[in-house]
Amino acid sequence: MSTFDETTGQVAPAAKTHQRGRGFDGHWALVWQKFLRHRLGVAGGVVVILAYVVAAIPEFLAPVTLEAYNPAYSYAPPQTLHLGRDEGEGWQFRPHVNAYKSEIDYNSGRRTFVDDESQPVDLGLFVEGESYNLFGFIPTNRHLFGPVIEGQPFFLFGADRLGRDILSRTIYGTRISMTIGLIGVALSLVFGILIGGISGLFGGVTDNVIQRLIEFIQSVPAIPLWIGLAAAIPASVPPLQVYFLITIILSVLGWTSLARVVRGRFLAMRNEDFVKAARLDGCGPVRIIFRHMLPSFLSHIIATVSLAIPGMILAETALSYLGIGLRTPIVSWGVLLQEAQNVRTIASAPWLLLPGAAVVVAVLALNFLGDGLRDAADPYSD
Amino acid sequence: MDNLIEIRDLRVTFAGAIDVVNGLDLDIAPGKTLCLVGESGCGKSVTAKAILQVIDHPGRVSGGSINLRQPDGSVLDIAKTKPTSPVMQHVRGGDIAMIHQEPMSFLSPLYTIGNQISEALMLHRKVGEKAARAEGIRMLEEVGMPDPARRYDSYTFQLSGGQRQRAMIAMALINKPRLLIADEPTTALDVTTQANILDLLARLQRDTGMGVLFITHDLGVVAEIADEVAVMYLGKIVERGPVREVLEHPKHPYTRGLLASMPRLDGDFKASLQAIRGMVPPPALRPAGCPFHPRCDWARADMCGHVQVLETELGHDHMVACHAYGPQAHKFDRVDRPVAAAAAAAAVKVREESAAPLLSVRDIKKHFPIRSGFFQRQTGAVRAVDAVSLDIFPGETLGLVGESGCGKSTLGQTIVGLHRADSGSMRFAEDDRPAVDLLAARGAEARRLRTDIRMIFQDPTGSLNPRMRVRNIIGEVLQVEGQLSDAEIEARVQALLAKVGLSPDYAQRYPHAFSGGQRQRIAIARALASDPRLVIADEAVSALDVSVQTQIINMMKALQAEMGLTYLFVSHDLGVIANISDRVAVMYAGRIVELGSTEEIFRNPQHPYTEALLAAIPGRGESAGGRIRLGGHVPDVAGRIEGCAFADRCPYALEACRQVRPELKGAGGHLDACIRSEELHLRPVASNETLVPA
Repeated sequence: MSTFDETTGQVAPAAKTHQRGRGFDGHWALVWQKFLRHRLGVAGGVVVILAYVVAAIPEFLAPVTLEAYNPAYSYAPPQTLHLGRDEGEGWQFRPHVNAYKSEIDYNSGRRTFVDDESQPVDLGLFVEGESYNLFGFIPTNRHLFGPVIEGQPFFLFGADRLGRDILSRTIYGTRISMTIGLIGVALSLVFGILIGGISGLFGGVTDNVIQRLIEFIQSVPAIPLWIGLAAAIPASVPPLQVYFLITIILSVLGWTSLARVVRGRFLAMRNEDFVKAARLDGCGPVRIIFRHMLPSFLSHIIATVSLAIPGMILAETALSYLGIGLRTPIVSWGVLLQEAQNVRTIASAPWLLLPGAAVVVAVLALNFLGDGLRDAADPYSD
Repeated sequence: MDNLIEIRDLRVTFAGAIDVVNGLDLDIAPGKTLCLVGESGCGKSVTAKAILQVIDHPGRVSGGSINLRQPDGSVLDIAKTKPTSPVMQHVRGGDIAMIHQEPMSFLSPLYTIGNQISEALMLHRKVGEKAARAEGIRMLEEVGMPDPARRYDSYTFQLSGGQRQRAMIAMALINKPRLLIADEPTTALDVTTQANILDLLARLQRDTGMGVLFITHDLGVVAEIADEVAVMYLGKIVERGPVREVLEHPKHPYTRGLLASMPRLDGDFKASLQAIRGMVPPPALRPAGCPFHPRCDWARADMCGHVQVLETELGHDHMVACHAYGPQAHKFDRVDRPVAAAAAAAAVKVREESAAPLLSVRDIKKHFPIRSGFFQRQTGAVRAVDAVSLDIFPGETLGLVGESGCGKSTLGQTIVGLHRADSGSMRFAEDDRPAVDLLAARGAEARRLRTDIRMIFQDPTGSLNPRMRVRNIIGEVLQVEGQLSDAEIEARVQALLAKVGLSPDYAQRYPHAFSGGQRQRIAIARALASDPRLVIADEAVSALDVSVQTQIINMMKALQAEMGLTYLFVSHDLGVIANISDRVAVMYAGRIVELGSTEEIFRNPQHPYTEALLAAIPGRGESAGGRIRLGGHVPDVAGRIEGCAFADRCPYALEACRQVRPELKGAGGHLDACIRSEELHLRPVASNETLVPA
């Protein structure tokens, strides 16, 4: 905190041993302080961090594994979570769900599920379940939560056609959906900074050609282009490679907007007085770009990137939903939504749309985070 | 109540805690112009906004009254009226209108100025579209807009700065308001345009009989337009009275300080200016007692620091709020501090007549190509600098003056190497080294020249990289040079900071922690880091408040004497130029039209453009009949100009002037580019004796 010095009429800094506070804080400290004041952005950031935690350890968080199925529970509706029950000794805290009683209507051939209160399925934390390898190498069979007795029906989000737990599959889908955005944006960023930087630095005809190219690419309808490119991937390609090919396809369009942002900032900054001053200090172009210019728009780039990720997630979801993106056995939110492609299924089993809710939450959180970062990117405005 | 507006004990509070206006009393009489003067941060604009109830969030009027006398004799207390009420909407634009510093942000770019003028009319008075148009065109004619019927349908971007200001004035006056609030309306304008707008406002006020509240920081403008003056410091009026009383017999030390820091245009131009020390503190850190006491030379520790100041009436409607005139006046001896010795020493000139020039510029041209089409073919050129020649001698200050767009900044930037000149030569000759042509220098020599010729930019905010610590900003040139170790650079940065009057502790801080004046000191330290010979100051003090401006000018003079610097001082402010320069070059449309010693240029101008510039300096106190006013603006230097570029605006132009382009010629170091300079007897700068404190 500075004080007003009454003898000299100057605003003087506080004691010099105190090396923090306004004036001593660097750019990133100011960005952080301003970001913290953006409540929605912080909330978005927390959700995003949680989403990536989920993406890192879905095996532990999901009650069952990806492949677990039970045809007896085909299209079972979501169960209601009960916190406790009274078994003659008063109400006790015992979280449970109720198992199903299924009846088959022989006229319509449809199976209906009814809550069976006589068969509570007790739930617990860190329960034993199917075994898996955490992070791919730590063998364990603990799950964060699930039925205390392994194998009892537990479908918080309901089940799909094959009787698979939609909650577990959505948790597994997080891994692919959240990372495909990251990798796609990372690729776009490399292209964007490179091409945008060239465009802004050289200007003139080069700039003109690149900008017209960007306009052309942006004018091509996105979905047909993706369909065309995705269709070119042979069916024999293993799923993991499909995943990487899809990220490349997404960044074919994604780099254009980033390139524009980079070019715009380059052009604006080239005429800033402090860049001119750096030229007069004798700095070469490399030193000017990396020491004087890049730090100034790094925070803007980070903000743009965080706003680009949701676009990637939505694009992947759309492609997979249409059946031309990722394919089983890889599970993303879009792949899960394929189940909800026809109206009759949705009408009888609306819970198949729940992976879509995950998409909405993730995209909103990333957008809020991006908004917060964008506002914080220039902390000197107030 | 005779006054149009009576403000009593007005308080404006921001964010619920900080009083920006702190018990302000002000009366505005009908038909009079009241000037509100003070440095930025004193609460002038907030006061104006309070009168219109348009204070920006989170500020609000928290106390006091603003009584507006209505035409029917009743009184409306604006401070108690809701900002969104219909009464207030009627007051805004109907009874009270406002004009701003920057018309571009006030006028919409999407509508023609006619739309905007007639909208104001149709909102407040029920008139038809046709009548509104006729009235609007009449108003534009009234404010001196050339070709009003055509301009009525123009968009703002099609108008020049002065025309925009006229359009905004027309819009403000269309409803015949009883009070016009003008918030620094001429600050962003060229001096010649400013003179025209001030004339216009004075005439309109005489014709309509409205009251005017004119906010400015420029005491020259005050002398030009005011009937009464109120000097504001930290949210309170510290001195108030009729304009001649206040300017000729200033009482409050703050008023005296403001007047003393104004460059004088009579007697010795180069007399050192007395700066008020320090700067306006933020309102949150308002000192107790008299808020001015930390900066005051008269302040007495036993009372100014804690006793509340009362207003003292001195007769002749002259009020001052200072203990030195109050009941305890006998305790004060009221002696102004003598001018600092260092600054006085710097005023002594050291240049020998025989010295060879440090820099000889010959026929420098810098044209900016105008490109169009996909392949960016060149379709024309802006002749920003067109065959300029001048010499700069070691140890002197050459002032470069002209209106905006005349190419003076481009010339400075070309010399320092930010632009590459298209043709010509620039010979740089240090006494101990062979002369080199700046344009031909390459490699190591070019790098050495960069450290010899340095530049100070206008905007101290934009010229310091916000991501770098002060230490790295100042030391960058040494770091790039790579001859000093980190410890040596560190020591040098500390020494430089001390030299420009800043604490060496500041080296570890970032630029955003500093005020505008402090940032400019850092920028000067950066320019001096490589021990240069020639420093180009491009409007280096134009963005600063008047007292800070004086501090920086005095410091630059002291540094010049101490380090043997040579300055090329680019500015549009003739007062500053007169004070700092040994010689002055006047530039117009890319060429130098007159060049000579400061005395010669100001006392014996040879070019009509110089005469017009001098006449436009506000506060010259000339009789209205004899003043020279320039119409129009600097010609578009993209077109080919035949003959003298100034001919279209020159009151003395003959047919011959449009035929041949006059060359810069003359004897005894006083050159001019006017074919009639022999026969014309042009008027020198008028003395500003009205601005001499008693």
